[in-house]
Amino acid sequence: MSEIYFTKEHEWVKVSGTSAVCGISDHAAHELGDITFVELPAVGKQVKQFEVLAAIESVKAASDIYAPVSGKVVKVNSELEDAPEKVNESAEEAAWMVELELADAGELAALMTKVQYDEYLKSL
Amino acid sequence: MNTSHYCPHTPEEIQEMLAAIGVSSVEELFAPIPAELRCSTFNLPAGMSEFETFAKLQAVAADNSQNLSLFIGGGFYDHIIPAAVDHLSGRAEFYTAYTPYQPECSQGTLQALFEYQTAICRLTGLDVSNASLYDGATGLAEAALMAMRATNRTKVIVDGCVSPIARQVLATYLSNQDAELVELPPLDGLLNRAELAKQLDANTAAVLVQYPNVFGCVEDFSGLADQAHAAGALLVTAVYPVALGILKTPGELGADIAVGDGQSLGNPLSFGGPSFGFIAAKKAHIRNMPGRIVGETVDKNGKRGFVLTLQAREQHIKRHKATSNICSNQSLCALRGLIFLGAIGKQGLADLARLNYDKAEYAKSCLSTLPGVTVLQTAPTFNEFTVSLPKPADQVVEALLKKGIAAGLPLGRFYAGSENMLVVTVTEKRSKKEIDLLVKELEVVLCN
Amino acid sequence: MQLIYEKSVNGRRGVMLPASDVPAAVALPQNLLRSESAGLPELSELDLVRHFTNLSRRNFSVDTNFYPLGSCTMKYNAKVLENAANLFAPLHPMTALLPGGEELCQGSLGMLYDLGQMLVDITGMDEVTTQPLAGAHGEMTGMLLVAAYHKAKGNKKKYVVVPDSSHGTNPASAAMVGYEIITIPTAPYGDMDLELFKQAMNGEVAAVMMTCPNTLGLFNPYIKEIADIAHSHDALMYYDGANLNAIMGKVRPGDVGFDVVHVNLHKTFGTPHGGGGPGSGPVGVKKSLIPFLPMPRIIHDEVSGKLEIQTDNPLSIGRTANFFGNFGVMVKAYTYMIMLGREGLIQVSEQAVLNANYIKEKLKGYFDLPYSQTCMHEVVFSASKQLAQGVHAIDIAKFLIDKGYHPPTVYFPMIVKEAIMIEPTETESKATMDAFIEVMIEAAQQAESDPDSFAAMPVTMPVTRLDETRAARSQTVCCLG
Repeated sequence: MSEIYFTKEHEWVKVSGTSAVCGISDHAAHELGDITFVELPAVGKQVKQFEVLAAIESVKAASDIYAPVSGKVVKVNSELEDAPEKVNESAEEAAWMVELELADAGELAALMTKVQYDEYLKSL
Repeated sequence: MNTSHYCPHTPEEIQEMLAAIGVSSVEELFAPIPAELRCSTFNLPAGMSEFETFAKLQAVAADNSQNLSLFIGGGFYDHIIPAAVDHLSGRAEFYTAYTPYQPECSQGTLQALFEYQTAICRLTGLDVSNASLYDGATGLAEAALMAMRATNRTKVIVDGCVSPIARQVLATYLSNQDAELVELPPLDGLLNRAELAKQLDANTAAVLVQYPNVFGCVEDFSGLADQAHAAGALLVTAVYPVALGILKTPGELGADIAVGDGQSLGNPLSFGGPSFGFIAAKKAHIRNMPGRIVGETVDKNGKRGFVLTLQAREQHIKRHKATSNICSNQSLCALRGLIFLGAIGKQGLADLARLNYDKAEYAKSCLSTLPGVTVLQTAPTFNEFTVSLPKPADQVVEALLKKGIAAGLPLGRFYAGSENMLVVTVTEKRSKKEIDLLVKELEVVLCN
Repeated sequence: MQLIYEKSVNGRRGVMLPASDVPAAVALPQNLLRSESAGLPELSELDLVRHFTNLSRRNFSVDTNFYPLGSCTMKYNAKVLENAANLFAPLHPMTALLPGGEELCQGSLGMLYDLGQMLVDITGMDEVTTQPLAGAHGEMTGMLLVAAYHKAKGNKKKYVVVPDSSHGTNPASAAMVGYEIITIPTAPYGDMDLELFKQAMNGEVAAVMMTCPNTLGLFNPYIKEIADIAHSHDALMYYDGANLNAIMGKVRPGDVGFDVVHVNLHKTFGTPHGGGGPGSGPVGVKKSLIPFLPMPRIIHDEVSGKLEIQTDNPLSIGRTANFFGNFGVMVKAYTYMIMLGREGLIQVSEQAVLNANYIKEKLKGYFDLPYSQTCMHEVVFSASKQLAQGVHAIDIAKFLIDKGYHPPTVYFPMIVKEAIMIEPTETESKATMDAFIEVMIEAAQQAESDPDSFAAMPVTMPVTRLDETRAARSQTVCCLG
C-alpha cells in the first residue's frame, strides 16, 4: 500500500518500500494550463530533496519541478516527452514523471499528507 | 509650449488635457522627480526643419568616399539588390510594426518570418531555424552557447580560419561564462585536423568551422561531423549564404548547427549594419535555440495561421534561465533576405553563386600572372582568395585606395607573419573592366 | 493565404541576373557541391510583389493603427529618416579598417561620434559606444563592462540585483555574463522595496539594474538613495533606457548616480521597429568604465580634428558585434535628434507624459489602477474588475483588435495581475486618444453586459484566435519541400 505526500511547490510523491514515484499535482497542472513540454532527468542521476528534478513548460510559463525526496533516478516516464498533454489529463496518475530510489524515509516528515495539502490549497 | 515635429497638440488641446487630469501645467506632472535630481544641463543644438536636416545629412555623407571599386569582403559583401526588396520591405505595414505578440493582427510579419525560416532551412539543409539573430558574429557565439547547453559541456574548439572578427565576438561572449575556448591555428589556410584530434575530448561541446573560410578556402569537411560526434561534440558551421547557392550544405556535411550573416541577402553594406544573423539546427536542438521562433498552427475554425512559439525558452518568461537574452532581433533585415531569395529564386541563387565564382576565378588567374604574386592554392575557393605579394599588403592597399580601389583585406593585422598576404573578394558586381583595372594598378604599385 | 512556396512554379524565373563578362571557370570539385539547388520559391516579379504586398496588409502598424504597446514606445517614424539612411548605404565597413581607410569614412565616423556626444549629453554619461545592436545587447555589453571593472579592481562579485518589475532581458543579460540574480519585490508604493533592497545588498553585488521610470511608469523617489547604497558596496548602477522617452531634458541618469546606461534608439529616437528589429542599443558609461569599452572605439583627435579608430586596447571587453553597430539605424536616430533639437526632445518627453496621464485619468473609473499616482510616459491598469465577469486582459486585447487598435502590452509587468500597459507616446493626437478611450470604455461596459461575447473575438482579422498549444507541441517551424 503506497502513501502519497505533497510539497508546497505542488509536487507529489508516492512511496512504496524504497520506490518513490513523483509528479506534479492536478492543481499545478491546471494552473500551468496546457503543458507543452516535460524535461526529464537522466536515469542514474542523484538528487537531493527540494533540488531541481525536472522542468515543465506551458505556452506562457516555464517551471522547475523539485525533488520531493532525495534519491537516485531509477526510471522516467519518457512517454511524456512525446505526449506532454498527459500531464493535463492525469497529473497524479498516468503522468507520473520520475521514479526515485528513496534515500531517507525520514524526509517524508517535511511533506504534507493529502488532507494537509488540500487544506494548504484552500489557504492559497 | 509650441507644437513642432510630430507633437500634434494645439495649446488649446493641451489646456483641455491638463484640465481633465486636474493639474495646471505639464511641469506639475514631473513632480514625482525629486527637484534636486532635475537636470541642470541639456546642451543639444536647436532643431531644424526636415529639409535643413536632410541637407546636413547629405553633407555628412559627402565626407565619405562611397564610390570605391570594392574587392573587400570579410563577412560583408557588395551584392546586387533587386529593386523589389527596398519597395516591399519599405511597406510601412512591415517596418512600422513591432514584434508580432498579437498574432491575429500580425499575420503578415508572422507568415513572412515562417517563410524566412523555411528558406534558411532549405538553404542550409537543416530542420529548424529561428526568426533571426543580430548578425553572423553574434550568431556564432550563440551557437557555441547553444552547443554548451545541448551537451552540458564547457569546451569550445574554434578553427583559426573562422573570421577573426567573429572569433573576437565569440571570445567576448564566452569571457565570463564557465567556458574554455580553444583556437586552432590555421595550417596553410585550412583546419589543422591533427591538432583538432588532440583537442577533442569528453568535455568538448562544439567544433566551430567556417566555409568559405577567412582565406577564401572551401575546405573538404567530409568526416568532420563524424569526428566531432564520436567525441560527443556538435559540429557548428558558419556559412556564407550566397555561396550555399552551389556549395554543399551544412546538413549534407552532418553539421548540427549552421550560422551566418544575412547581409549578402538583400541588405546594403551600410557601414556594417543592420544586417541579420541566421541560425539553423537539427530538430533535436530546437529547445536550445536562442531567440524568437514562428510556428504554424490553426485558428478556432481550423484555418492555418502563425504564432510566436516555444516562447517559454525566452527571456520574457524564463528570465535568467532563458536560452539567450535576445529580445529585438533583425526582423526587417530577415524579411529583406526572404524577399531577395524570392526575387532571385531557386535557379537564380545557383546562377548568382556561379557568377561570383567565375569572376573570382578570372581575377585569380589574372593576378597570378603578376611577378612576385602567388595565389594560396591549398583548397578551391568561392569568391574570395588569398594572394601573397612581394610587398607588405598594407602598403599596396593604401596606394590603391588613393586610386579608388579597395584592393582587398590585408591579413597582417589578424595573423602574425602574414604581412604580405591579401584576401581579394570579387562579387558579381565587379565588372571585367574593374578586375582588369585592379590587376593593372596593382602591377604598377608592385613595380614601384 | 498561400505560402510563397505554394505559389512557386518549377522553372519560373524572377529577377534577371547580369550576364557574365568573364570566361566560365572550371567547376568546383563535385564533392564540394550541394546535391540539389536550394528549394527557394520560383515566382515572377509581379507575383512576388503581390505576395508581399498582400502579406503586409495583414499587419497592424504605427502607420495604419494606434499602437499603444507599453514599454515599446511605438511613436511615429518620420519618413525623412528612411531617406537619410539610404544616403549611407554603399559604404563597406571594412573600408575603415584598411590602411588609410579612416580618411574615406570621416562622414560615417563623424556621425557616430556626434551621435555618441549627443547621447552623452542626454544621459549625463562620459562616453558612449554605438556597437550594441539592440537593447538587450546593450545590457549584455553593460554587464561585461561591469565585470571588467570589478576584475580590474580585484573585486570578487557574484550577484546582480533587479527589481521584480524588471524586463526579462535584465536578468537574462546578467546571466549571460555569469552573474546570479537577486530579485527584489515591489513595495506598495510601486517601486523596488527600499528596505528589502538594503537587506539584500552586500559586498558580492556587482550591479543593480534599474529601469527609471520603471515598468509601472513610475519614477522611483528613492533612486538617489539606492545609487548611494549600491556605491557604498562598490556595486555599479545600470540604467535600462527602455523608458528614456519620459525624461529627456528633465533628469539625466548620470546625474542621479547611474554608471552605465543603454539607450534604445528604436524606442526613444524614432527609428522604426521593423516588425521586431533592427533596433540599436548604444551604451554610455562614466569615466571609470571608459577603459573597458568595446573595440573598435572611435576617437576624436583634437589636434587634427580627424576621427580615428582604436582597435587595440588590452583592457577592452573586446568586440560584441561585427563592426560599428546597426549603423543605418543610428543614421535615422541622428537625423531625428538633430531635427528635433534641444527643445523638441524636451517637448517629446513632456507630451509623452501628458498623454499617458490623460489616458490614465480618463480610464481609471473603468479599469482597476493598482498604482494610482501620477505616472510618467505609460500607465498600467489591471483587468481584475473584468476578470470577475470572466473577461481577461487578453480578451480586451482581442476586442481592441476588432475595433482597429493594436492592443496595449498585456500580462507585463508580471507583478500586476491581468496587466494592461498603455504607452500612447507623444506623437498621438488628442482625437486619436479620445477615440481609443471611448473604445476602452466600451470594452469595460461590454465585459459587464455581455462577458461571453469576448471569447469569439477577434472576428475582423484574417484568422481568429490561434491554437498556441498546438504550435508549441507540433513545432512546425518551416514547411517541408
